[in-house]
Amino acid sequence: MDILRFATAGSVDDGKSTLIGRLLYDSKSIFADQLEAVERTSRDRGEEGTNLALLTDGLRAEREQGITIDVAYRYFATPRRKFIIADTPGHIQYTRNMVTGASTADLAIVLVDARNGLTEQSRRHAFLTTLLRVPHMVLAVNKMDLVDYDREVFERICAEFSAFAARLDIGDLTFVPISALHGDNVVERSANMPWYDGPSLLHHLEHVHIASDRNLIDVRFPVQYVIRPHASSDPELHDYRGYAGQVAGGVLKPGDEVLHLPSGFTTRIRRIDSAGGEVAEAFEPMSVTLLLDDDVDISRGDMICRPNNRPAVAQDIEAMVCWMSSTVTLGPRSRLIVKHTSRTVKAMVSELHYRIDVNTLHRDESATKLGLNEIGRIRLRLTQPIFCDPYSRNRTTGGLILIDEATNATVGAATITDPR
Amino acid sequence: MRPDYQLSQLDALEAEAIHIMREVAAEFERPVLLFSGGKDSIVMLALAEKAFWPARIPFPVMHVDTGHNFPEVIEYRDRRVAELGVRLVVASVQDSIDAGRAVEETGRHASRNRLQTVTLLDALEENRFDAAFGGARRDEERARAKERVFSFRDEFGQWDPKNQRPELWSLYNTRIHRGEHIRVFPLSNWTELDVWAYIEREELALPPIYFAHERAVFERDGMLYADNPFVVRGEDEPVFTATVRYRTVGDLTITGAVASTAATVQQVIAEVAATRITERGQTRADDRSSEAAMEDRKREGYF
Repeated sequence: MDILRFATAGSVDDGKSTLIGRLLYDSKSIFADQLEAVERTSRDRGEEGTNLALLTDGLRAEREQGITIDVAYRYFATPRRKFIIADTPGHIQYTRNMVTGASTADLAIVLVDARNGLTEQSRRHAFLTTLLRVPHMVLAVNKMDLVDYDREVFERICAEFSAFAARLDIGDLTFVPISALHGDNVVERSANMPWYDGPSLLHHLEHVHIASDRNLIDVRFPVQYVIRPHASSDPELHDYRGYAGQVAGGVLKPGDEVLHLPSGFTTRIRRIDSAGGEVAEAFEPMSVTLLLDDDVDISRGDMICRPNNRPAVAQDIEAMVCWMSSTVTLGPRSRLIVKHTSRTVKAMVSELHYRIDVNTLHRDESATKLGLNEIGRIRLRLTQPIFCDPYSRNRTTGGLILIDEATNATVGAATITDPR
Repeated sequence: MRPDYQLSQLDALEAEAIHIMREVAAEFERPVLLFSGGKDSIVMLALAEKAFWPARIPFPVMHVDTGHNFPEVIEYRDRRVAELGVRLVVASVQDSIDAGRAVEETGRHASRNRLQTVTLLDALEENRFDAAFGGARRDEERARAKERVFSFRDEFGQWDPKNQRPELWSLYNTRIHRGEHIRVFPLSNWTELDVWAYIEREELALPPIYFAHERAVFERDGMLYADNPFVVRGEDEPVFTATVRYRTVGDLTITGAVASTAATVQQVIAEVAATRITERGQTRADDRSSEAAMEDRKREGYF
């Protein structure tokens, strides 16, 4: 059994939390005591029916205001897969929390209210989803019950979204008409929409092919930690020097010739230790320890790759950035801390090229700063080089976070478009 | 190894947890692993052993001791710590009470559960720990479902759920100022069933109270509690013998047992897979006090 991580996105009140409640409920993943608690609260509030959103709105403030503020993670399994759901907030103010949930997702479900069609927020979320290169997207047209399960409404919204999506780089896009409230096309195919001949949402989640989403070609091993037992009594351990990390791309095998960055020194892999003992190969996202033939000076923040397939060694990078601070803005000469794989360096924004209007995808080149939740393209100058790839090639070696020096807050996330 | 290079769910969860632990060991000066002797912290300790093997675990473990323990759990704790050669720090709630830092609750529902927060925060400060691993899982409780893997605590040890740091990819922001700390949850994405499946696969030893045994118990609010010297039992709560096991392990006064005949890991897994009630709902009085019981305690600095 493998794991599919998916995120739900869309405007406030498009029914994300209700959809998750429905998926959990219909797949029998809700426990009796949880359901009782939600039923009791719904009744006490005088709500009609059981409010399934209360299952995921785990914070007091969320239940009081009836909105989702931060990502909630939920888990369920069917005989085919284990699912990790990131239920992300729809409110524009909490976009940064949506980005948190989407960054690790294999698939994103963007919900749209059938009565309202696309909104700025659904466009924003679709855009962020493609910016984060979530490999699969589902546009779920929800509340079909409120438009009499009308096929034309569904097709109009699909056409409108397709026109918008044509300007984005979406790998795999699927449309499903649903009613999260009543369960139409969520787990079972709906009898109310005989004109729809695609799979139910859950069926799609169970069968979507994710094995080939990972990069198994470019060997990338950011060194995270050096393991040295310091056991002078045991001669075997005395010389043990292992480079621990999580594989970020490619397949590594004992005997492979590898290249160390920044030194450029080449050696061979002598052995690969994983949590369960020695292994014959390692690939993403395994956490392993490499033992090498030669004694090379390697430390945290370094990169191991193949001699004929190296990441860029870049001190100036072009990147798309999503700004997440409500207190400071990003502009030319902003000083930041960059964390990229296992390397942390200081950086300065050398240029802000443009800000993107997420609604129209128009590039505003006159922009002089980015505020909370704004997206733009920047050039960063780093104090030390990083070993990176374009984000489109590798989500691990192409992504970085930006940290404010004074407050230590995470104030931005960036995807590398062009390492120089 | 599967030909499609796809990891099984347990392998993927294990790889994620090990990455998290190494990140903490690399970036913090004084991490500590919170160890209760419960199944989640046992899994966490086993992962720590693997993450740094063949070297020793490069941080101490800490037990916040309410004094109301299951003797089997303390025995297990001491044996495990000796096996691994790690340093054990015991932070005692009794000491906090004696020092006037915490006040013992009274009455039928008296418990030291809430007092643990004071002891925990004092011990973190006293030992200048800057990161503390916890075994909490997001599937346990809906406030926990909201928490980051690296969860920032201010100088008062408080969690601010409305203002959490964005956490993208597996890039964790570990930067803090002096006096602040980070709680780290390597098992965030594990479910109760994952934990049991891992215990089975890795053949991890557990304290015997996790398996069916005979015990003198009494019933309160629909839960079975061990008859013990720390609890004020009413005359309407007679003691009887039952075959039970524990689904969670906490303070004796708040942890309920479930009637069960499951004597092996496989039998427990079959029971967990079929249950319709969450582990905390079934066995923890501390979560039943209000809708936001966990969130409120977490804000104050609870585990």
